Amino acid sequence: MTDAAQNLTEQGTTGVSPRTQRLKARLRARYARETRFRWYGRAAIGVALAFLVILLGSIITQGYTAFYAHTVTLPVYMDPARIDRSYPQGANFEQIVAEQQIRRLSVQDDEQGTKASAMKALLSSELKFQAAKMIARQPGLLGQTVPVAAPLSDDAEMYLKGKITRDQPEDQRRVSNAQMDWLDRMKASGAVRAHFNAALFTKGDSTQPELAGLLGAVVGSALMLMVTALIAIPVGVGAAVWLEEYSPRNRITAIIEVNINNLAAVPSIVYGLLGLALFINFMHLPRASPLVGGLVLALMALPTIIIATRSSLKAVPPSIREAALAMGASRTQTVFGHVLPLAMPGVMTGAIISMAHALGETAPLLLIGMISFVPGVPHAIDEPVGALPSLIYIWENASERAFHERTAAAILVLLAFMIVMNAAAVLLRRRFERRW
Amino acid sequence: MIWIFLLLLIAFAVLAYVAGRALAVRRSRGAKSHSRPGQHGLYALSWVGAPALAMLIAASVFSTSIEQQMMRAGAPDSVAQLEPFRREAFFADARLVGAGQEARQIWPAPYAEDLPAEGRRAHRIAATLNWGGGVAALIAAVLGGLFVFTRIRPDLRARNKVEGWITGVLFACSAVAVLTTLGIIFSLVIDSLRFFSMVPITEFLFGTKWSPQIAIRADQVGSSGAFGAVPLFAGTFLIMAIAMAVAAPIGLFSAVYLSEYSGKKTRAMVKPALEVLAGVPTVVYGFFAALTVGPALRVFFNGIGDMLIGGPLNGLGIYLSLVQNQMALVAGAVMGIMLIPFVSSLSDDILNAVPQSLRDGSYAMGATKSETIKKVLLPAALPGVAGALLLAVSRAIGETMIVTMAAGLAAKLTLNPLETVTTVTVQIVTLLTGDQEFNSPKTLAAFGLGLTLFVVTLLLNIVAMRIVQAYREQYD
Repeated sequence: MTDAAQNLTEQGTTGVSPRTQRLKARLRARYARETRFRWYGRAAIGVALAFLVILLGSIITQGYTAFYAHTVTLPVYMDPARIDRSYPQGANFEQIVAEQQIRRLSVQDDEQGTKASAMKALLSSELKFQAAKMIARQPGLLGQTVPVAAPLSDDAEMYLKGKITRDQPEDQRRVSNAQMDWLDRMKASGAVRAHFNAALFTKGDSTQPELAGLLGAVVGSALMLMVTALIAIPVGVGAAVWLEEYSPRNRITAIIEVNINNLAAVPSIVYGLLGLALFINFMHLPRASPLVGGLVLALMALPTIIIATRSSLKAVPPSIREAALAMGASRTQTVFGHVLPLAMPGVMTGAIISMAHALGETAPLLLIGMISFVPGVPHAIDEPVGALPSLIYIWENASERAFHERTAAAILVLLAFMIVMNAAAVLLRRRFERRW
Repeated sequence: MIWIFLLLLIAFAVLAYVAGRALAVRRSRGAKSHSRPGQHGLYALSWVGAPALAMLIAASVFSTSIEQQMMRAGAPDSVAQLEPFRREAFFADARLVGAGQEARQIWPAPYAEDLPAEGRRAHRIAATLNWGGGVAALIAAVLGGLFVFTRIRPDLRARNKVEGWITGVLFACSAVAVLTTLGIIFSLVIDSLRFFSMVPITEFLFGTKWSPQIAIRADQVGSSGAFGAVPLFAGTFLIMAIAMAVAAPIGLFSAVYLSEYSGKKTRAMVKPALEVLAGVPTVVYGFFAALTVGPALRVFFNGIGDMLIGGPLNGLGIYLSLVQNQMALVAGAVMGIMLIPFVSSLSDDILNAVPQSLRDGSYAMGATKSETIKKVLLPAALPGVAGALLLAVSRAIGETMIVTMAAGLAAKLTLNPLETVTTVTVQIVTLLTGDQEFNSPKTLAAFGLGLTLFVVTLLLNIVAMRIVQAYREQYD
């Protein structure tokens, strides 16, 4: 303001003096600085949002291809000379099918059978299980030609999804030109068909990417979260109720409060070390089990639940407590009959958000042993399991390229679970939150 | 087994409630009762349930170590003389044989004969302990029941007693927080002390060579490990510094813009988006760093390197063209992205706590908005912002997944962001997820590192929280 005022008086008497010019220039510079500063802020937010878009975009573009897969359906002549009726799983079905398929595509094989083994490399070992199962169930199929359906191998899949292309030099890719031609012909003839990848959601982990699914990890994570919720929510709410409604103002209370604030900031990997030393090495609970995982995550989630519960207890107005006490209710009756029910929406919101957070926690799980390969779908809380986040870590480390798209797909599934949980929390808050 | 006992316990407790309630109604016939029948029932429930539950918990916590003690005490001489590691393997196989399964390994002559007998003994001990725990719980329940059912009378202050139990349980819940801290400290300190008895603490804290290879056989080549953690501290510091260089300016500027400039609409859009960034699990950031940012930056630097080769900066060009995916820059930058919402939301709170009168005073003197922010707001908020940044530093030091997936394992003492470095957390994961030999310095080193990490982050958090607290009080 002072600048502008001086500006006016000087303009009135002497026109545009050097002093006025100086002042004007200074004002312009100040406004320019102001504009620049504003743009720094915009740029910072833009960069942060750009990171978010790149992060999600890169995962979606890498992962969406895992949600469809190709199945090959081939007519197989069940050669009685090569398949033992009493022990069908001993037969080399992949070789049989590959040789027949080579002939069907009228490719001349050499003496070593390299063409047949190249064809075999395009088929998944699942083909063998499917065929052996058919023979075991219906031995009458021997000597007949029956259609057998199975996934393609991961390399073939990568070619059909365009992750391996013909522009790469042939010796640097895992699918040769001849194999590509066969796949194209099989696709044109309708033997290879693309469809929704249901196996991703109905199967457990596997060493072969085309057979690996998420169900085992999802169930493992669910069992673990169940243990976490059963322990962390009651204990956390109880602790918060004691601190907010019962605790006397003394040193013990102060120590507990400082403790909870510090626990909230302890790195997650330290909780993993605690779980390893206490639950596994001292108490000898089963390694990599949902029980141990759930206990560790419960200890981690505890401070968050306590803090959230305390703030929603604080939001209940004192008049409610006073009214209940005035009617002759005891403190416990007041708290459990009136205060806690009124604080429940906030408590549940906080609990759900902390469960969503626990679902994505990885580092402590690695230390308690959830890093090894667990096939199949778990059904007990004291057996080794895999969890979704640790499966992401394991698949990311796998050397097969086909696991990369599945890792991204697993991330999308994990994020979907977290979005659903957070949305539930937001809805709960919107629907039930009460302001006094 | 424990599940059956727990179900039995619940059945007993419900029974005690019903019985206590009925008893209270019967005994108070005609007289005026102090408490309501349901409260008598709850009182009976707590005296039947609590001692039995305590027994079951104690049994399940201690049974395995007691079992091991008993197995060791009664073992034949040949087995007792085995090395601890082999002995435990023998007992594990004995348990399998006792349960009617195959042993996992083939045991030589003296041991193989002991195996079935030891298996039966293991089976017997396990069954004894199992039933022992259950019977102890049952006795506790019966004793508690005897105590409580004689006391149910109209003038018993059952409500006050039940409320006493409830208060006790609630206090126990809050004590869990303290017990967790004690558990962390004990488990870290005990194993760290064992580590420091093998490796001097000065060598650990000041040694500059880290290669925790301990041979299984004594004569193996390169059998001695080196446990100097300075390269790990340097790597952690380097990655933390890069992360803060990304997160601090972006986080601060977006907080300033959101709290001082943006309209309500922008705020309502941007804040939830930043919260999404904060909610993404760290393993997802790790995947992003390892498979997207890493290769992209490598291609970028290799491209620059290829352009420089043959020119005046030939040496630099050759270096850049050989840069690998796993470099400190990748892990640091992605960690910085992860910390942006953390820094921004904390700074936002702190800027909002600065009283409006300070802003108004500055505007009244003719200052522009940015001048007010730079000359008045930020100096006033400086302690709080410093505290927020310290909390972010503590997070960066303790962050595990991003560095495990993107930083690498080579313990190098360097400040070059294009080199592969390793951090404290990466080494903890690496040491504890490979083949573990119990009691070897290699495994125990992880606990030494964990203790260091815990102490450093704890100090940072305490200092940061003090600063933030003092700052908040300043304007209250």
